[in-house]
Amino acid sequence: MLAVLALVAGCSGEGADEDGGTLTVLAAASLTDVFDRLAERFREEHPGVDLRISYGGSDGLAVAITQGAPADVFASAAEEQMAVVTGAGLAAEPETFAGNVLTIAVPEGNPAGITGLADLAREELTLAVCAPEVPCGAAAGELLEVAGVQARPDTYEEDVRAALNKVGLGEVDAALVYATDVAARPDRVDGVEVPEADSVVNDYPVAVLDDAPNPAAARAFVDLLLSDEGREVLARAGFRAP
Amino acid sequence: MNRETSRVPAPLLLPAALGVAFLLLPLVGLLVRTPWSQLGNQLAAPGVGEALRLSLLSATLATALSLLLGVPLAWVLARSRARGVSVLRALVTVPLVLPPVVGGVALFLVLGRQGIVGSWLDDAFGITIPFTTAAVVIAETFVAMPFLVISVEGALRAADARFEDVAATLGAGRWTTFRRVTLPLVAPGVAAGAVLCWARALGEFGATITFAGNFPGTTQTMPLAVYLALQRDPEAAVVLSVVLLAVSLATLLLLRDRWLGRGAA
Amino acid sequence: MSVAASVDAVRGSLRLQVEVTVADGEVLALLGPNGAGKSTFVRILAGLLRPDRGRVVVDGEIWDDGATFVPAHRRELGMVFQDALLFPHLSVADNVAFGLRTRGMRRGAARERAAGWLARVGLEELGDRRPAELSGGQAQRAALARALAGDPSLLLLDEPLSALDARTRLAVRAELRRHLAGFAGSTVLVTHDPVDALALADRVVVVEEGRVVQTGTPVEVSRRPRTDYVARLVGLALLPGTGAGMLVRLDGGGTVAVAEETSGPVFAAVRPESVALYPTRPAGSPRNVWPARVVAATPHGATVRCELAGQVPLVADVTAASFAEMGLAPGAEVWASVKASEVAVYAR
Repeated sequence: MLAVLALVAGCSGEGADEDGGTLTVLAAASLTDVFDRLAERFREEHPGVDLRISYGGSDGLAVAITQGAPADVFASAAEEQMAVVTGAGLAAEPETFAGNVLTIAVPEGNPAGITGLADLAREELTLAVCAPEVPCGAAAGELLEVAGVQARPDTYEEDVRAALNKVGLGEVDAALVYATDVAARPDRVDGVEVPEADSVVNDYPVAVLDDAPNPAAARAFVDLLLSDEGREVLARAGFRAP
Repeated sequence: MNRETSRVPAPLLLPAALGVAFLLLPLVGLLVRTPWSQLGNQLAAPGVGEALRLSLLSATLATALSLLLGVPLAWVLARSRARGVSVLRALVTVPLVLPPVVGGVALFLVLGRQGIVGSWLDDAFGITIPFTTAAVVIAETFVAMPFLVISVEGALRAADARFEDVAATLGAGRWTTFRRVTLPLVAPGVAAGAVLCWARALGEFGATITFAGNFPGTTQTMPLAVYLALQRDPEAAVVLSVVLLAVSLATLLLLRDRWLGRGAA
Repeated sequence: MSVAASVDAVRGSLRLQVEVTVADGEVLALLGPNGAGKSTFVRILAGLLRPDRGRVVVDGEIWDDGATFVPAHRRELGMVFQDALLFPHLSVADNVAFGLRTRGMRRGAARERAAGWLARVGLEELGDRRPAELSGGQAQRAALARALAGDPSLLLLDEPLSALDARTRLAVRAELRRHLAGFAGSTVLVTHDPVDALALADRVVVVEEGRVVQTGTPVEVSRRPRTDYVARLVGLALLPGTGAGMLVRLDGGGTVAVAEETSGPVFAAVRPESVALYPTRPAGSPRNVWPARVVAATPHGATVRCELAGQVPLVADVTAASFAEMGLAPGAEVWASVKASEVAVYAR
């Protein structure tokens, strides 16, 4: 145990080269599946790098970085949180690597027969959207406004997972959630494509932090994310190309 | 004149003081961080009064429901010699250990549209419970009732059962005995349990937001409003928390004087 | 014959087999040591416990015979417990009115009747008090009023005086005696204090280890106890033996001269005040003289009661003065003598 710690300390002390040292990635929770898969690939290519990924809410991660948490890469679920980090002068030139759009999640088999956003105005429908205070709620509000739909939500959920759970339990007929969330729950939730969704795309930016202890490895990870291979993994998880 | 024995023994003093500090300091922190100048604005904000009113109403209804169901349950737990009562007692405390969000999901599985009882209610009467104020009350009752049951059961166990024998020899049947003797005897315990239950219901978040959802005016209670405010405007969240605290403290102090005061005398 | 009860019940390690009858207006005392099953018996009479087998009939009405069981609250009875057990949340007057109200009397009438009963037990001023504000004696009087207010046909008194201090007990006992004299129904009094039994009861039933060992009037029981327990309670030395003319050959060895001719199994009973102690064998020739050793000495009013061990175990009362003169103390060797005419002898 002590030996391992010594090794780790030694590596991070030497730090900087593409095939060695420790690489710390802070990523939005919605990226968990994608980054886990990419991490496997990355470790194959860079066996010398000790890759560690910490998932969490983007806002929490952004605060952690501004408070001095040592990290190499920050991948955010929204530009707003990336702006917190760049605004503090801790990263420059974030790159957008993916986009997420809203979709209508319905219980398996779509019992209420929902075909598009217009259906969300139906009175007998039980509808969940995210609360306007959280990012997916803001996006939902914007989308409904763009589409000119007077939706009648029965509940404003605290986050996307909560909304999705209610769909999974069959307790609501529909929820406005991200396409990636539907892709992650293939068993009990179906998605209804929303053409208008393209007008409200939530961009995912990534940046190598200025104070990255291991910038070379950090760059390699971001390159992998931006590569065709990265794109493919993202697409499979329901993300759009930027 | 003070009783000599009511003075605090020295070895208890330090831990007691630490206990007070431990409970009080977070409260102080909250008060220090409260942007008092915003208080007026926040209180006037639409939805805050509504959330407060809904919180007080639903917590009170949940307490009433808990009394209605919980006092008889406590009696059974305290007095029944039937086998399985100890298992029942353990089950009653399940909501205490269950993460409230899981409790909310469990409520869906029973009372939700697709739930065992809920689907029948829907088919037979067209009643759906989730996302209604009734769902708030049910979620709060589920989480808060064990506090009442445990408190009343303790009071019943401590009460002298011989009074019930006396009542029987004076012509009182079991029901009369319960109403006119047992219940008055354990009234302080019932009151303490009801206060605990009410306080827990007032602060309930997880089961409520899961089972009842969050809609201003029907299901958005203060804790839900506080949580969501925290996402966008932490200062507003602090103000709302302080308001909730002030109202609940005022209520409890008022009740204490009128209600517990007499029981303790 | 107002109450007839026979009970067979197992409680823990005790098997209770008791059969009693109580006439109208009669006070029956159940006397026995703690754990003898007396309280279990009255609780069965009250309907608070069900016997394994038994029969309780009151005024011709079957309360319990295995098939029929009248629950406690439908039995016309009143019960007074050792601790008064007044309901702490009700005023004294409401306590007394409680049984009247549960049996359907209107509030006003019940209040009036309760006030009357409080006056009869001397508590007319205290009806508005809370039970916690009463002294022990006052509380027990209120409990008696509460039990009697409903005009029961059976009154059960379970150690009603034993929680009171000695002085209060005297006063309450006298009062209880007065009320029992005026009570038309049957009374069963449970006590381990022979004074209660002797002062209050018309008839005494001695219960030991779940069984009736003696029944009789207070005088009979106190003069002619049939067990060591009762003998000790009434302060007699009880010597079982076999009658042989004017002698009794004691089961434990030795003989006692008596004043009447007997035969067969008998008890010889000796009162402590009849026993004289001497430091040496007394001169003259009293027929009942035995060597003995003092094993215990306890002050008893103006005298000291000495328990004696020896072939004939006796109890002797000596004045404090002679106790000191003779230098008596546990361990002292003495001679004990009793006149034959002072020995009670009766068939076993």
